[in-house]
Amino acid sequence: MDTVTVDHIVKAFTDKVAVNDLSFSIKPGEIFGLIGPNGAGKTTTIKMIMDIIRPDSGEVKILGEKFSESSKNKIGYMPEERGLYKKARAIDAIVYLATLKGMDKAVATKKANTLLEQTGMLPSARKKMDELSKGMSQLIQFIVTTIHDPQLLIMDEPFSGLDPVNTESSKQWLLNLRNQGKSIVLSTHQMNQVEEMCDRILMVDRGRAVLYGDLKEIKTRFRNNSVILAYEGELGVIPGVNEQRPGKDYMELFLDGKTTPQQVLKTLLDRGVTVNRFELAMPPLNEIFIKVAGEPHE
Amino acid sequence: MITRTGFIIVTLIVPVLSILGIVIYQIVSGAVTPEVKITDVGYVDTIGGFNRYTQQGNVNLISYATVEEANKALASQAVKEYVVITPEYLATGIINLYTLEKQLEPPAETTSALKKFLSSNILAGKIPDTQITLVNSPLGVITTRLTTSGEVAEEQGGYGNLLIPSIFSVLLVLSITFSSSYLLAGLGDEKENRLIEVLLSSVSPRQLIIGKVLGMGAAGLIQIVIWVVSAPLILKMASVSIGGFLSTLEITPVFLLLFVVYFVLGYLVFAIIFVAIGAVTTSAREGQQFAPIFTLAAVCPLWFSGAIIMFPNNPAFVVMTLFPLTAPVTLMMRLGATEVPAWQIIVSVIVLAASVLGGLFLTAKIVRTFLLMYGKRPSLGQIIRSLKAG
Repeated sequence: MDTVTVDHIVKAFTDKVAVNDLSFSIKPGEIFGLIGPNGAGKTTTIKMIMDIIRPDSGEVKILGEKFSESSKNKIGYMPEERGLYKKARAIDAIVYLATLKGMDKAVATKKANTLLEQTGMLPSARKKMDELSKGMSQLIQFIVTTIHDPQLLIMDEPFSGLDPVNTESSKQWLLNLRNQGKSIVLSTHQMNQVEEMCDRILMVDRGRAVLYGDLKEIKTRFRNNSVILAYEGELGVIPGVNEQRPGKDYMELFLDGKTTPQQVLKTLLDRGVTVNRFELAMPPLNEIFIKVAGEPHE
Repeated sequence: MITRTGFIIVTLIVPVLSILGIVIYQIVSGAVTPEVKITDVGYVDTIGGFNRYTQQGNVNLISYATVEEANKALASQAVKEYVVITPEYLATGIINLYTLEKQLEPPAETTSALKKFLSSNILAGKIPDTQITLVNSPLGVITTRLTTSGEVAEEQGGYGNLLIPSIFSVLLVLSITFSSSYLLAGLGDEKENRLIEVLLSSVSPRQLIIGKVLGMGAAGLIQIVIWVVSAPLILKMASVSIGGFLSTLEITPVFLLLFVVYFVLGYLVFAIIFVAIGAVTTSAREGQQFAPIFTLAAVCPLWFSGAIIMFPNNPAFVVMTLFPLTAPVTLMMRLGATEVPAWQIIVSVIVLAASVLGGLFLTAKIVRTFLLMYGKRPSLGQIIRSLKAG
């Protein structure tokens, strides 16, 4: 059973149609990337998944059922602009929000202390939120989002403002949750993070789905018919290669469409070129994003 | 909210200050004997016969043979002022007073002493001294309020009857003002730092509103419980220690019941209004700017307190008793000045209760539409359209 099923949802506001006939599903045990240009409708879609706003038409189901009060307890949400009660102690903020999700207070307190210890935040448990640094506040927010063991996590730019160490540990946290069978929606503009973490993606532009599916499959679809070559020696003119484009420490060879990558490799080896790396070039998601977002859509 | 310093201070300050006042009074009245100041007032008797009863309370009347002598005494400040008794006084009752001070009107103590001096001397020898004393003494009137069946009424009225409702009115306004600022600040902060999105991912907008309104109502209840429980005790302490006027004060069970009912309903009405303000404004600060528009409605009966006391059954004040925003304070003040008809109280309570329910419904619509609108405050037209929409 899919964790989330979105079926032909539409949402219009007075001045525009924010979401226009969107359908997709999110499966258990996957990280689902939700990407798109600013104003595309991502946040509106997220709010409809969480029943904060209702679609004008269409349906959203959580774990196969229409949204109900108990559905909210199965969702953890981390908004992009983060903040908790400034004058509340960290532990109190975590426990309060956990109880809103239906957790027993004593259980929530115990689990909060465990998670604070795991993240190295236990010494800060009794500090007020406005006494914590931005990174520490975000770790607290991570705990708030996950403490009630939700089936679905919706994370909007979860790594912004985190240093590399905390970013890496947060990524590992999410990957562990994914491996436990949770569904994670990752909404971000950082395409490198999407490439690194997401299994499937949905790209929304002007309220419509413009890319949807397995990330590898999408990248293959947008392949340039080129290969990445790291080498030593002289290349010269290579038959079947239209263009040689130098990268930082590699050369990208654009094939003419009639020559296979294997033929190019054989040519290089016959010439005595030392090949350190040879792979089919997959376009970065950033490039795909720019290309798709820049196209006119019907 | 109830653990906030400001809330605790406002809640406890009333009983604490009252007890402090009683204790200070006891200390001061025991330690200090008030100094009795004798005022010397001169007089020139051109008629003759005004030579007795020259000691009137704290005023000592000193006779001078001529106006010149009296002027010298005034200039040397041997006397504070002097009067000249002429035949014109016996004909018209008008007497001239001469003073170095700039006065709006003659001091009440001097005027009272002069009247007693003059009337005592006029009556001297014509009626017994005891009757002269009776004529000059203030009229002692004891009022007993009866019911229509001729029995002594439970509530006797008097100035004491005004004081308690007036105090309670002020307390109600104080509570509403302080609590509204907490509620707006909290909602504004939640909106500003997007915490509201986290909350709405856990509870529905209706649950959010009801939680905030009831939470504020519960905080208000705690305040009035403390005040209501402490008021009779403090009153008893005050009447024993200070006595006098304070011993005539009474808080009847009916008044207490009405106070609790109006306090709770008034609190809830304003709480709902402030939740709506918090939903449409972009920040706590902006919300605070709009709040006074509504708290003024709670406060304005206090501006008309004098008129309410004098004309408690004026149609304007009856309307204010029925209008939900002004009802709590207006009714409290009218209860002190008159017997408010039962139908007005019943209609007022019904209107208030309906306002609470209707307000909840409308606020839920506003919250659902505008709570997540950031950076831009909706216009009044947009708000009205959203209320009309399904």
